[in-house]
Amino acid sequence: MSLLEVNDLHTSFFTPAGEVRAVNGVSFNLDRGKVLGIVGESGSGKSVTAYSIMQILAGTGKIVSGSIKLDGQELVGAGEKVMKTVRGNKVSIIFQDPMTSLNPTYTIGHQLMEAILLHTDRNRHEAYERAVEMLRLVNINEPEKRMKQYPFEHSGGMRQRIMIAMALACEPDILIADEPTTALDVTIQAQILELMKSLQEELGMAIIMITHDLGVVAQMCDEVIVMYAGSICEQGTADEIFYNPHHEYTKGLLRSIPTADTAGTRLKPITGTPIDLLNMPKGCPFAPRCDNAMKICLTQRCARMQINDAHQAACWMNVKAGVESGSIETEKGGEAK
Amino acid sequence: MSGPVETPLVEIKHLKEYFPINVGMFQSKPLKAVDDVSFAIRKGETLGLVGESGCGKTTVGRTLLYLYKPTDGEILFNGKPIASKADINEYRKKATMVFQDPYSSLNPRMTVSDIIGEPLDVHKMYASKQERHERILELMNRVGLNSEHAARYAHEFSGGQRQRIGIARALALDPEFIVCDEPVSALDVSIQAQVINMFGELQEQMGLTYLFIAHDILVVRHISNRIAVMYLGKMVELADAAEIYDHPLHPYTKSLMSAVPQPDPKIARANQRIVLSGDIPSPLNAPSGCPFRTRCPNATEACAASMPEFKEVSSGHFVACHRTAEIN
Repeated sequence: MSLLEVNDLHTSFFTPAGEVRAVNGVSFNLDRGKVLGIVGESGSGKSVTAYSIMQILAGTGKIVSGSIKLDGQELVGAGEKVMKTVRGNKVSIIFQDPMTSLNPTYTIGHQLMEAILLHTDRNRHEAYERAVEMLRLVNINEPEKRMKQYPFEHSGGMRQRIMIAMALACEPDILIADEPTTALDVTIQAQILELMKSLQEELGMAIIMITHDLGVVAQMCDEVIVMYAGSICEQGTADEIFYNPHHEYTKGLLRSIPTADTAGTRLKPITGTPIDLLNMPKGCPFAPRCDNAMKICLTQRCARMQINDAHQAACWMNVKAGVESGSIETEKGGEAK
Repeated sequence: MSGPVETPLVEIKHLKEYFPINVGMFQSKPLKAVDDVSFAIRKGETLGLVGESGCGKTTVGRTLLYLYKPTDGEILFNGKPIASKADINEYRKKATMVFQDPYSSLNPRMTVSDIIGEPLDVHKMYASKQERHERILELMNRVGLNSEHAARYAHEFSGGQRQRIGIARALALDPEFIVCDEPVSALDVSIQAQVINMFGELQEQMGLTYLFIAHDILVVRHISNRIAVMYLGKMVELADAAEIYDHPLHPYTKSLMSAVPQPDPKIARANQRIVLSGDIPSPLNAPSGCPFRTRCPNATEACAASMPEFKEVSSGHFVACHRTAEIN
């Protein structure tokens, strides 16, 4: 049994303009001590997947169906009481913007201790000790002095470290990091990523790393999920995704990023514009932007197929390749193995 | 790359931009956003300008276009200094800007046609309404926007399309020089590539010269001929793009280049990152001497005593570090 099992998750936002299916049938497992990367463009549903796990969806958002099991315990429909024992305690989250995720009117110490007092049976003195210890763990100098200071007295990198300290104070099994370094500068990003990696190895927690930066994924993740328009198009180990992509969107994404070798050449961008979630196409959501789209792509979604032990993808091109090489036998309906 | 000496298109000499900051009721202190920066950009060249937030790269771009009045220093365009108000007005027809945020840089109350046409209106660059309209449609086609959408408002477009509107506006006056201030950092990866390619195509077609300001080193490496690195208002290194990326000499540039997240797991795992300790100091309390010395692994007493000179160590490679010769 995996630590976290997400099965056929559907999350929608009910807006006046209609139902927006932000997460559309997402399934994945996360094992203890692993770093899972979720990549995708804005609107691909990567953050909503994380918020669904925490059940901190904004206003009109709702988990429509599916199951989320943490350590075997079902969270969908479990109610606030159960979720309160999960949030911050078993699963913690750090957000993209360290400037707005801390409360400006309370001291760092107050905010750190709040989480510890709420989730553990430590008394105030012990909570204080724990908070100082956590600040030290994330390499903040003079933690005792910092405890009395307010968020505005800290730089972006330091605030993100404080957020990490807060998230880890109760020793969660899973840390969800939602674009944790997007707002930070490159050298500070390197510090934070290095810190997360070393803490992860030290404390043995699992991390879900949500990002649009393939560089961050390459550096941090064991497993990668690529999302597009609310669905998973491809999933596999980092090496498989980067060196053996089997979905046209992933291939396009990898082709379109500038690297040291692309200087002086034209990039090969994915054509078209991102999808409108209110007007989802019938078939594969990526088909309208896909250079290799076939007839079937426009009418039918491809099921996820096993490429090899460490790799799954949902793309009709694989079916086509399979049929051509003879590894998939065609029967009526063309269902893949 | 040294041929006959040609006049650079844009040149700045010892540019300084200080902002007064109130530190007490009656006291103010200069914030040295840009402190003695000099560089030249050749015609048709792209100069990349990188550095962390607060290093002054945006201020350089804006001062370069006289959006801020320089505190000190000289700006030359085609070899001629820009001094009078008439000069500035003339200069602004030739030098324009593309902004970072495609959401806040377009007026939500104006149609796309009016946004793109505004520079034409300001500089009275058309003879008739018809001519203005045709020019706008031509610009929209040029940046890959559907000219049927000219009457729409900016909010009806996606981020990538909005950035195209901003570029069309910048192209309206047939400029020679464009300051691109983080033009792709707000865009998704797949859209980013489209816009980067467009910058390249426009440069080829129109012979444009760019100052390309960005914090994403890989994007800058891709698009630039030369790259300049700034730290705390000062220029620390300037060299050919491949040279500075592969053989950085300044310790700050070294850490910056090594911190770039490489989108390739094998390279990323093998990468020996130089992780700097601490944060960038406040420009209000900049350290004495070399601005980088508080985070520099090689700093000595000499670094605290004086600011190292920005000098050429090999052909076209400039560095401001006391210990360049010893360390490298």
